[in-house]
Amino acid sequence: MSETPLLDQIPDGPWPSFVKEIRKTAELQEKAIKEGKEIKMPGCAKALLKQLERSYEDKKTHWKHGGIVSVVGYGGGVIGRYSDLGDELPEVHHFHTIRVNMPAGWFYSTKALRQLMDVWEKWGSGLLNMHGSTGDIILLGTRSEYLQPCFEDMMKMDPPFDIGGSGSDLRTPSACMGPALCEFACFDTLDLCYDLTMEYQNELHRPMWPYKFKFKISGCPNDCVAAKARSDFAIIGTWKGDIQIDQEAVKEYAEWMDIEEEVVKLCPTGAISYDAEKKEIKIDNSNCVRCMHCINKMPKALKPGKERGATICIGAKAPCVEGAIIGWVAVPFIPADELKDRVKEIVEPLWDWWDDEGKFRERIGEFIWRKGMGMFLRVIGQEPDVRMIKHPRTNPFMYFEENELRPSKVVEELKKRGVKFKSLEREEEE
Amino acid sequence: MATEKPPWWKTDFGPPKYDLFLPEAIKKNYGKWAYHEVIRPGVIKRVAESGDVVYTVRFGTPRLISIYTVRELCDIADKYCDGYLRWTSRHNVEFILTDESKIDDLIKEVEEKVGFPCGGTWDTPRGKYGLTNIIHTQGWVHCHTPAIDASGIVKAIMDELYEYFVDMKLPGLCRISLACCANMCGAVHASDISMVGIHRTPPLVDDDAVRRMCELPTTAASCPNAAIRINAKKKTVEVDGEKCMYCGNCYTMCPGMPLFDPENDGTAILCGGKVSDARHPPELSKVVVPWVPNEPPRWPSVVDYVKKIFMAWANNAKKHERMIEFIERIGWERFFELAGLDFSWHLIDDFRVPPFMYASYRIGTQFRW
Repeated sequence: MSETPLLDQIPDGPWPSFVKEIRKTAELQEKAIKEGKEIKMPGCAKALLKQLERSYEDKKTHWKHGGIVSVVGYGGGVIGRYSDLGDELPEVHHFHTIRVNMPAGWFYSTKALRQLMDVWEKWGSGLLNMHGSTGDIILLGTRSEYLQPCFEDMMKMDPPFDIGGSGSDLRTPSACMGPALCEFACFDTLDLCYDLTMEYQNELHRPMWPYKFKFKISGCPNDCVAAKARSDFAIIGTWKGDIQIDQEAVKEYAEWMDIEEEVVKLCPTGAISYDAEKKEIKIDNSNCVRCMHCINKMPKALKPGKERGATICIGAKAPCVEGAIIGWVAVPFIPADELKDRVKEIVEPLWDWWDDEGKFRERIGEFIWRKGMGMFLRVIGQEPDVRMIKHPRTNPFMYFEENELRPSKVVEELKKRGVKFKSLEREEEE
Repeated sequence: MATEKPPWWKTDFGPPKYDLFLPEAIKKNYGKWAYHEVIRPGVIKRVAESGDVVYTVRFGTPRLISIYTVRELCDIADKYCDGYLRWTSRHNVEFILTDESKIDDLIKEVEEKVGFPCGGTWDTPRGKYGLTNIIHTQGWVHCHTPAIDASGIVKAIMDELYEYFVDMKLPGLCRISLACCANMCGAVHASDISMVGIHRTPPLVDDDAVRRMCELPTTAASCPNAAIRINAKKKTVEVDGEKCMYCGNCYTMCPGMPLFDPENDGTAILCGGKVSDARHPPELSKVVVPWVPNEPPRWPSVVDYVKKIFMAWANNAKKHERMIEFIERIGWERFFELAGLDFSWHLIDDFRVPPFMYASYRIGTQFRW
């Protein structure tokens, strides 16, 4: 009789099975031990299956609430996980997570991956996620006393792998594959991701803010890493100027593609027209909103314009607690060659402001709602732009700063009485 | 006590730089790609301005994998790809080849040895779309706040929709995602179809745990609906069951606020979200099924609902239309009809009013210059 009759039903069907992966780990770990390999978490894969079987019976989790664990020098990147079945299943009593900062774009050499797998075979469960939602390699399950030696072995790898973010810190930045493989990339996403990750190592490893902060970087508006929905600070490639057209390639597509039906009619602003006789397309670039549809349809014929850069969207987050938010436009356009500097010039005063005045567990988007876009724009040094809104406000309850008022007796009297006027400046600390 | 650190000791050294891990053909053509074509499900041909060609061959994975599987993938990458491989943003593994003649052998080897299927691509020029992998979270495998499992539900759904992963016969892109609680590590709030684990009962306060482990003001302040009241005398908190909407934020803050009920936890199903700006701007997903009970191990009701929503779209959408474009064209009333879904009062938003100001902020990157 099987010990896991419910889980036994999971591998049925054609899609690869995580239960099979756990079983495979259990078997091969045992084999490795017999071969004399040093393995610190023997039997844990099997115990994990037993615990999961219990969850499948009980319809609830058997992992307990956190507990603080860490490695020397860092405050984040390691997450405590304890089983509430620890007495019965001591092999998974401690089953902590280590988040490992992945290389930008998730490219690997087998040499590096094998070394990391060797480390995790020795110190951990032998199970991992490729990858977690934020993008890290998630090493699933080890004991408190193995966290430090495991990290030390990661330090000694060639090249070494560092730990990622967790808690109220800068979470591991992630980026799409960008110019490594994609012709749509409007800037070097991998380079920017690596640059920001290295610049902000302290912020990444040591939680110090009101809450988490995520950078995600996509090279074009298709947004393959879902930055617009998932990151407090989304950097999305776009361009100004005319879409580049190769009319010869348009003719090739015209051989089999219904350009009128699938390109012209689906342009959201009606900015494209097609001359079926000449087999040429024309784009009214002043009316193009750079949505990518036509470029996606005819990658050989159409390319983003030459003046490339990125839009910054701010504030995206999941529903807890004020409801889900897709990021909104904070900076409509930054030229590609200015991105590294400008992002830092924007984000550093923003962090400083949020760190000083944000409430505990208040994400940057919620914080900006509370403080107002006017103040936000002043803090990051950005001029208001009509491209930040769908339409102007519908109510007349606007603030005015004192320097926008005309001098008057009423103003003087209000000031004399100590009435304060709206100000977008941050208050000086006393 | 400070101890002398060994010479290899370091911190804050960051991830390996990406360029260490790029195959020669990519290094040579970095930033100089001309165009791409999907030559068959799972295989993308990428042509550089130099005329060089690489093929990326994509396979679905269960996200939770074994180090022994990673080693097998490495063996295959050594044999066919000069020792390099990559993962996509949706848990697929990709091999990068320069020799087209090796593609068949590579696919055969991955499918037979590792058991991962080739697919997950879409051919926008030809309007033939495949389904890609489901983004998901840890669930009962490794999380302390889930209302549902993650990997098990994903497995059951992907088994059901497998034919769409290995082929390209859908009218448009369809992103499916799952988060096992409202914290949404998976951030599934902008997907064509998404599932989120929800609770339906307020926390059952564990007074003793609250006293031992929680700050009372922080716990009370964590509630977005002001449903938690401090009882200073008893050094604990009380929950107003009429105000609580079971978000679980208080449990994240305080272990004394567990809100698990195996019989009442379950899945809410949302649809019509997207993040790409292509044609239609980004959009949040909307709840269309308020609650489905937990039915391990094969989750038949969730699978059935997802399939109904998926097929209503797949059978009726026009070429390139994503879920929200399809629904906006036919109308929500027709969509509920086509998908065979009931509309109930739960689907009418009563979670406070979102700020007026946000409603007028522009999302996405659709600008005129």
